[in-house]
Amino acid sequence: MSTAFQKVYTKISQITKATCSLKAKGVGYNELATINGKLAQVVKIMGDDVTLQVFEGTGGIPTNAEVVFLGKSPTLKVSDQLAGRFFNAYGQPIDGGPEVEGKEVEIGGPSVNPVRRKQPSELIATGIAGIDLNNTLVSGQKIPFFADPDQPFNEVMALVAMRAKADKIILGGMGMTNDDYYFFRNTFASAGALDRIISFINTTEDPAVERLLIPDMALAAAEYFAVEKHETVLVLLTDMTSYADSLSIVSNRMDQIPSKDSMPGSLYSDLAKIYEKAVQFPESAGGGSITIIAVTTLSGGDITHAVPDNTGYITEGQLYLRRDSDVGKVIVDPFRSLSRLKQLVAGKKTRKDHSQVMNAAIRLYADAANAKTKLENGFDLTDYDNRCLDFAKDYASKLLAIDVNLNTEEMLDVTWSLFRKYFKLEEVNIKKEFTDIYWKE
Amino acid sequence: MTKGIVSGVVANMVTLQVDGPVLQGEICYITTGGDRLMAEVIKVVGRDVYVQVFESTRGLKVGAEAEFTGHMLEIQLGPGMLSHNYDGLQNDLDKMEGVFLKRGEYTEALDGERLWDFEPIVKAGDKVQASDWLGKVEENHQPLKIMAPFQMEGTATVKSIAAKGQYKIHDTIAVLTDEKGNDIQVDMVQHWPVKFAMTNYKEKPRPFKLLETGVRTIDTFNPIVEGGTGFIPGPFGTGKTVLQHAISKQAEADIVIIAACGERANEVVEIFTEFPELVDPHTGRKLMERTIIIANTSNMPVAAREASVYTAMTMAEYYRSMGLRVLLMADSTSRWAQALREMSNRMEELPGPDAFPMDLGALISNFYGRAGYVILNNGEVGSVTFLGTVSPAGGNLKEPVTENTKKVARCFYALEQDRADKKRYPAVNPIDSYSKYLEYPEFAEYIKGHINEEWIPKVLDLKTRMQRGKEIAEQINILGDDGVPVDYHIVFWKSEVIDYVILQQDAFDEVDAVTPLERQEEILNLVTAICEKDDYKFDTFLDVIDYFKKLINLCKQMNYSQYKSEQYYDYKKQIDSLIS
Repeated sequence: MSTAFQKVYTKISQITKATCSLKAKGVGYNELATINGKLAQVVKIMGDDVTLQVFEGTGGIPTNAEVVFLGKSPTLKVSDQLAGRFFNAYGQPIDGGPEVEGKEVEIGGPSVNPVRRKQPSELIATGIAGIDLNNTLVSGQKIPFFADPDQPFNEVMALVAMRAKADKIILGGMGMTNDDYYFFRNTFASAGALDRIISFINTTEDPAVERLLIPDMALAAAEYFAVEKHETVLVLLTDMTSYADSLSIVSNRMDQIPSKDSMPGSLYSDLAKIYEKAVQFPESAGGGSITIIAVTTLSGGDITHAVPDNTGYITEGQLYLRRDSDVGKVIVDPFRSLSRLKQLVAGKKTRKDHSQVMNAAIRLYADAANAKTKLENGFDLTDYDNRCLDFAKDYASKLLAIDVNLNTEEMLDVTWSLFRKYFKLEEVNIKKEFTDIYWKE
Repeated sequence: MTKGIVSGVVANMVTLQVDGPVLQGEICYITTGGDRLMAEVIKVVGRDVYVQVFESTRGLKVGAEAEFTGHMLEIQLGPGMLSHNYDGLQNDLDKMEGVFLKRGEYTEALDGERLWDFEPIVKAGDKVQASDWLGKVEENHQPLKIMAPFQMEGTATVKSIAAKGQYKIHDTIAVLTDEKGNDIQVDMVQHWPVKFAMTNYKEKPRPFKLLETGVRTIDTFNPIVEGGTGFIPGPFGTGKTVLQHAISKQAEADIVIIAACGERANEVVEIFTEFPELVDPHTGRKLMERTIIIANTSNMPVAAREASVYTAMTMAEYYRSMGLRVLLMADSTSRWAQALREMSNRMEELPGPDAFPMDLGALISNFYGRAGYVILNNGEVGSVTFLGTVSPAGGNLKEPVTENTKKVARCFYALEQDRADKKRYPAVNPIDSYSKYLEYPEFAEYIKGHINEEWIPKVLDLKTRMQRGKEIAEQINILGDDGVPVDYHIVFWKSEVIDYVILQQDAFDEVDAVTPLERQEEILNLVTAICEKDDYKFDTFLDVIDYFKKLINLCKQMNYSQYKSEQYYDYKKQIDSLIS
């Protein structure tokens, strides 16, 4: 692209809160432009009329602002120099360090050909039983925490990131509070892990529309390390609901007809484009992988809202946090949480009894929940009900609580010991081949 | 051919100024920066033609040129499609280079160089009509027919037909003389516009033959038939995909076509990885041999997602015209509907319910209407059985896609969050789900002849017992265990036996995953016997629970045992002694 003779436009015909329109020729769709230095992107072309989405908002833009088209869509310079650095939504350093030198790549690049993917099969151990035992994570998976804003999802995510064996961890922060930003910075620094972490941060102090660039920036960096360096990359995106809110702002300004919950009709595709970047490459393509752990904040636990609902259909499961009032600890909710890829590793990369033990424990935990309802409704409990309730307490505090750190084998052994402590053999409904081995008096 | 110039771009909707006539639905190619982007006409206003581009429009500029092709979106049909992986526009994904999909890369669907062993069916002088069988080739042990051109009008005479031997798909294998005396050169390849249904059959009677899937909650409780339609709605996480994969692995069909429409790439990879390894339980050959996968995953361009279900259906109809039994699965039709919504939205059409286009219901019913059991012109039969999943927003079945699908699909497999939470898989709700085919006299007649007379009455009886069990469970919840007579507990636990032994099935267990019809019959008889026994003697409800838990555990162990193995009979003996 020639930069020497760029045409400067100075006549903006329309300004809304998020977009500017002007007459211009030879403009490409999705091309970047600057308006008095502010970055903007082409979102609509109708003949000579070009509409630009201004990332930091249109406040202060005069109708005679200088508009220069840059002839390219948003890009990121990728190289090993990214490691250990903090960037804003445009990929510019915010940690006071120097600019990154490297290959300039367009963000939001093409999809992986599905036949060139490999079926995910590597366990990502976190030491948290609610995850490893009940909802095992697999490299190349994409999974969000569905959490209310007051739940400690960022803390849990940081814990997972620190324990998981990943070559690179890439944090994409959208609408993150400044406090949370510093929480991550300090956690990474104190774990001595800064050199394998790259962060793209948009805080609540930054313009909302800028957030739209964060996931694509984070994933462009992830693709560099996974494709070119064959590394195992873990991408943390928090919070995707803020991202979706920004999408709805832009579509609203462009007069699009909203679908459910004022979200744009394309929400599913928009979110899928991000989450589907999670991938396990085959050995022939270097064997790298991108795993995405995201956060979708809920309003009052409502998962029928368009954002969690669409997310649930895209991601490979979802994790819920809950405070178990009986043991007073935060647990990963065994009922509603689900990792769709767990059967790829459970019983294959872990011990053979994994699936059956997991299901039996959850079923008994469900029986305990029923017993609790009975108790609350004033009915007498049977002996079995009481045993279920006792089991549930032990199960929650010894396994589900997020502060427990065990390997999967230990988790299975603990579960068997609880089965034996509270139940009869026929009550656990497990295949004989396993009870023969593990049901020891 | 007509040419056009780009005059506007909004996401994947592009407006063109054209210099000649265009067809509604015509395909054109827009050239930008060296890439050729395929697009389809969706609206014409004066000289402005609106097209939806099947690719990313990044960098597309006003003034870019477009060339029209003169035809609608069509696919090539011929030998060489089985066990291939296509995208929604029938590009062969394995032929594409590189790890990432490149914009504007289109590949040939069929292999023009491969030689096929052709054998003629007709001889010179025979009269033929469109779609009549001229000869046959074999692909992956499937007998495929080479047919007279689908678009041919009237009756033609076979002027010449190739002798038995090896030919490529584009070699002329027959010359036909039509009514006007024109010669038509026929090769092995047909072209068909995907949006039009193939109606090259004599009759489409009501379907009646049970299509065995090995899934008990379907075959026993709510059977689907060859040429039937069904749909599986369910909130995320209730096991839609697992159930669909189980059906596609086990169903007794000649050809299985899986349209992964806007779903997760890793799920498609699962099929890519597993199917070449898995063995078809009916023929003993590799599952992949009979399978075609149409993959348009959720991150692939949205317009091609809409095309993908039509591409899959057209392939299914093609095999049906050869007298084959085809099973078509689409996961998920909601994503297809959403693709329609995105486009309708960009065209600024007035929205219908939930911002879906107004004609959504008509589109869905037309699509389901393309399935069916048909009698071909030569008296042979073929079928397309269609099973679609629906992903209702928020798990609420009162949304436009579910409601419109319910009007046309004859089987309804309602996946339920509550059952999934309790790990009662497959989470098909036994009370809300239905199969209209159970009410077909044709079906009853078929079952009488192929299984036995008592099958359907037994199934209906168990359904009533499930209903009764549910009512009693509600009463127990309100009144407490002690608040109802012991008999009530027996009725409830009988329904639990039905649930645990017939309905619940472990899709990940080698044995339990698939239950052949013969074994299903045995289970049905066993459970019926347990339910019909009315001289149980219990003192308290606790005894009832103890007894039935023991019984269920034994039945489950039996379900996990190899059919007719020593272990199997051992459990059966224990069960028999427990209920005698």
